[in-house]
Amino acid sequence: MSKHALVQIQKINKFYGSNHVVRDLTLDVREGEFLTILGSSGCGKTTTLRMVAGFEQPTDGKIFVGGVDMAEKEPYERDVNTVFQSYALFPHMSVFGNIAYGLRMKRIPKKEIRKRVMDILDLVQLGGFERRMPAQLSGGQKQRVAIARALINRPKVLLLDEPLSALDLKLRKQMQLELKRLQRKLDITFIYVTHDQEEALSMSDRIAVMHDGMLEQVGVPKEIYEAPASKFVATFIGETNLFEGMVSAVDGDAVSVAVESGTICGRAEGFQKGEVVAVSVRPERMRYSTSPVKGFTIQGVVREQIYVGSVLKSIVVLPNGHEIKLERLAGDVLPMDGPVYLSWQPQDARLIHPRDQEVYHAVETAVME
Amino acid sequence: MSKHKFRASTLPVLATVGPVSLWLAFFVAIPLLYVLVMSFCSIDENYNVVFQFTLANYRNLLDVNYLQIYVQSILIAFFATAFCLVLGYPFAFLISRTFQSRKTILYMMVIIPFWTNSLIRIYGWRTFLGASGWLNRALTALHLIDSPVEFLFNRGATVLGMAYVLFPFMVLPLYTAIEKLDQSQLEVSADLGARGGATFFNVVLPQTVSGVFSGCIMVFIPSLGYFYVADILGGGNSDVIGNLIERQFQSGNNWPLGAALSIILIAVTLLLVKLYQKCGGDMQSLGV
Repeated sequence: MSKHALVQIQKINKFYGSNHVVRDLTLDVREGEFLTILGSSGCGKTTTLRMVAGFEQPTDGKIFVGGVDMAEKEPYERDVNTVFQSYALFPHMSVFGNIAYGLRMKRIPKKEIRKRVMDILDLVQLGGFERRMPAQLSGGQKQRVAIARALINRPKVLLLDEPLSALDLKLRKQMQLELKRLQRKLDITFIYVTHDQEEALSMSDRIAVMHDGMLEQVGVPKEIYEAPASKFVATFIGETNLFEGMVSAVDGDAVSVAVESGTICGRAEGFQKGEVVAVSVRPERMRYSTSPVKGFTIQGVVREQIYVGSVLKSIVVLPNGHEIKLERLAGDVLPMDGPVYLSWQPQDARLIHPRDQEVYHAVETAVME
Repeated sequence: MSKHKFRASTLPVLATVGPVSLWLAFFVAIPLLYVLVMSFCSIDENYNVVFQFTLANYRNLLDVNYLQIYVQSILIAFFATAFCLVLGYPFAFLISRTFQSRKTILYMMVIIPFWTNSLIRIYGWRTFLGASGWLNRALTALHLIDSPVEFLFNRGATVLGMAYVLFPFMVLPLYTAIEKLDQSQLEVSADLGARGGATFFNVVLPQTVSGVFSGCIMVFIPSLGYFYVADILGGGNSDVIGNLIERQFQSGNNWPLGAALSIILIAVTLLLVKLYQKCGGDMQSLGV
C-alpha cells in the first residue's frame, strides 16, 4: 500500500446561504486505503463527499484527485464513482443494464461490456441475476448492484454515502465484511461516510471524525478510540466518562487534576499547572475499591448494576450527581448503594486540551444569547 | 332476518354510490346511447329524424371532402401536440426542479388561465393577431412591416390556438411524471460518465414516458374536436372533425350524420387510450 495521497482536500469551506456546512477542512486520503468520514447527521460529511464527487462546489478551497485539480471538472469527467445511500438504481433497466451503464457511457465495445459486467456480478455474488429488474431485488441485492455499478468503471476512488444504513443489522454486518473484502481485493481507495461508529471502527484503515463542519481528528481506529483528540471524539466514539477540571500538579508525565468531586490523575505530556483540561476514561478502564487509592479522592455511590452476559455494567453516582459508567468482566457484585472509591491506571486516562475553537464557540454562543 | 340484512348492507351502498350512478346514467350513459341509436337513423325529406335503421350515415363519412378534413384535422392535432410537447416538457421539468416559491408561481401561470373561459382567451388571440391587432400595430410602429400581415385564418393560427388552450393538459401529466423522478438518478448518471443529453435520453425520458403519452393523448384528442378554435382563429379555412359534427347539428341539420361522426370520434379516442394502456400507461395520470 503506497503512502501517496490520492485525494487531497485542501482548506475547503462550504456555505449554503449563511449556513457554514464545512469549515476549513483539510484531509489527505492515501492510495488504496479505506478512509471513513464519521460524524453525526448534519456534520457536513455527506457534503464533503458530494464535493469530491462533483455534485457540489466548495465555496473555497481545492480538491485534488491523483494530483489533478477538480475545480473545473464535471462529475462525468472525474475518475470517482459514488454509491448512493438510496441506491438510486435505474428502475427501467435490468441489473445488467444498470451495471453496464457506466461502460456504455464510455463507449466500450459491447463484447467487453458483457464480459466485464458478468465478472463483476460474480465478484459481488450476484451471478445469474443479470436479467432481474431492480423491483425484483431485495435490499441487500440492490446494494450489491449499486456497488457493482459504481465499481464497473474502475474508479480511482469509490465514494460510499452511508450505503448500509437501509439494511437490517444482520445484513449490515455481513455487507461490512464483504465491502472490506472487495476493497482489499480490488485495491481501490474507498471514502466511506457513516454515522455508525462501530461500522467505522471495524472497517476502516483510518477514520476522520467530523463535527459541526470541522475535522476533529484523523487516525487509525485504535488511535481514535484510545487517544481521542477532543471531547467530541471521546464522547462520540464508544462510551466514556468525562471529567473537567484544572491541572493541580505536574510531576514529569504524571498529571494531577482537581475536579469538582476530588482529585484524579493521569499520564500525559505538555500540560501545565493551572490549565483547564478534560479527562476521558473508558468504562472498561474504570476501577473501584472500598479504600482510597493513591492519587484519587473521588468517591461515589453504586446506583445500578446490569448484567449483560459477558460484562457487568455499573453506574456510580458522584456527590455532584454526575453518573460514572463502569464495565467489568462479570465477577463480584459491587455493594449496592454503598460508597466506593473510583480510580484507574494513570495511563488509561486521556487528558484533552480544550480546543481554541471550543472556547471560541462558547464565547460565540454566549454573545449570541 | 333476510330483510334486516338487506337493509344493513344495501342502504349504505345505495346512499353513497347511488347518486353518482344515477348522475352517470342520466347525463352520460343515456345521452351516449341516444347518440349511438341516432347514428343508425335516417332522415326524411324535411330533415326530420326517422327511426329507421340505416348504415348510410357511416357510408357518407367516407366522402372525399370529409376525408380531406379528417387528414387536416389530424395534422392540426399532431402539430398542436408536438408544439405543446416541445414547450411543455422543459417547462414541466423547470417546475418540478425549481425551489418552492418559484414552483408555485410557475404552476399558477399554467393553472390560472385554465380557470378562465377558453372562448374568451381565444378571442384574445384574435385581438392580438388581427389585422389591426397589437402585434401588427407594434410591427408597423417599429417599421418592420409596411402593411398589416394576416396572421389569422390559416391552419397555423388554429394549431397555435389549440396548443394554447390545451397546454395545461400537456404540462400537468408531464409535471406529475417528472416530479416522481428521483433527483439522485440524475446524479448517478452524471457520476457514471453521462453528459446532460445522454442522461436525458437514457434516464429521464424513459422514466417520464408515461407522462409524455398521457399529455399527448390529452392534447391530441380534444384538438380533433375544439371547433370554436378553428372557427375563431382558422376562419373556416382549417376545419377540424369538431367543425363537421357541429355543422351537422346546426346548419346542416343532419343529426344522424353528426351522431355517426361523434361515434367515430369516441371510438378513435377509446382506441388511443387502449393503445396508451397497452404501452404501459398509467390510467391515473389521464385523470381516469
